[in-house]
Amino acid sequence: MLKNMLTSAVFAGVAVGLIAALLQFWLVTPLLLQGEMYESGTVVHFATDGSTQSSPQRPNLLEEPSRHLMTIGFNMVAWTGFAFFLVAGYAWFERRGGEMTARLGLIWGLAGFIAVQLAPAIGMPPELPGTVRPEVELRQIWWICTVLCSVGALALLAFGRGALTIIAAFVLFALPHVFGAPELDTFFGVAPPELSSNFATRSLGVSAVGWTILGLIAATLWVRQRDEV
Amino acid sequence: MKNDDIKVLAKTANPAAANADLLGIGGAILAGFILLFAAGFAQATVMHDTSHDQRHAMAFPCH
Repeated sequence: MLKNMLTSAVFAGVAVGLIAALLQFWLVTPLLLQGEMYESGTVVHFATDGSTQSSPQRPNLLEEPSRHLMTIGFNMVAWTGFAFFLVAGYAWFERRGGEMTARLGLIWGLAGFIAVQLAPAIGMPPELPGTVRPEVELRQIWWICTVLCSVGALALLAFGRGALTIIAAFVLFALPHVFGAPELDTFFGVAPPELSSNFATRSLGVSAVGWTILGLIAATLWVRQRDEV
Repeated sequence: MKNDDIKVLAKTANPAAANADLLGIGGAILAGFILLFAAGFAQATVMHDTSHDQRHAMAFPCH
């Protein structure tokens, strides 16, 4: 089982890391680089005379190849990390008497997207570079608590029995948001709202694709190796 | 549900294998934490700079 977990997680993580990085390069990185132009002041949207206007920029994606290679590398690291959690879940599920299938893996992946990307984004949307936010440590703590609460809530919904577990699940889902993400009392945004919102939706969209295929690929490899034994 | 019951019995019948399974699950979770710490949380400048774009795109709290 150990070998199955390791190979499923690593192969799925590296494959999805590459796919997600390519999708980011197409959809997310151009917006990110534009955000940096506003962050550095190369382009100004909110002029001091009160006018708000700027033209969409065309950042040169080929200028910093090593930077984009690092993005691919770290995508592989992050998605392999996520994949280890997923396969740990698969192993735990089968220990309890369940039987993984590729299709179930897709649902596990979707659940991962909800818990790890969507739930934290309610309090802390994906940020364009240049966004001024509260201290990073506070936000990291809130992010981790939100992910843990959401994983717990999804586990209760999936494996719990009775009305009480459903109620407990929704309380757990809501808890971090009732408590509230760390926030500043001022808006500092320098980039056009169109750019920031599109960055947030595209980031979440790419993550949704990544998580669902991560669950699918990891489960496909898991099932294949399990049945070979 | 009968099949499931049989499977549970079969798996718990061998405590050594069951412990190895638990160890494996724990190990996978630990590996996941270490990789995510490196990719999303470590604040050392070189880690931050090289993983910067990925952190923003993945909505990790970056800086």
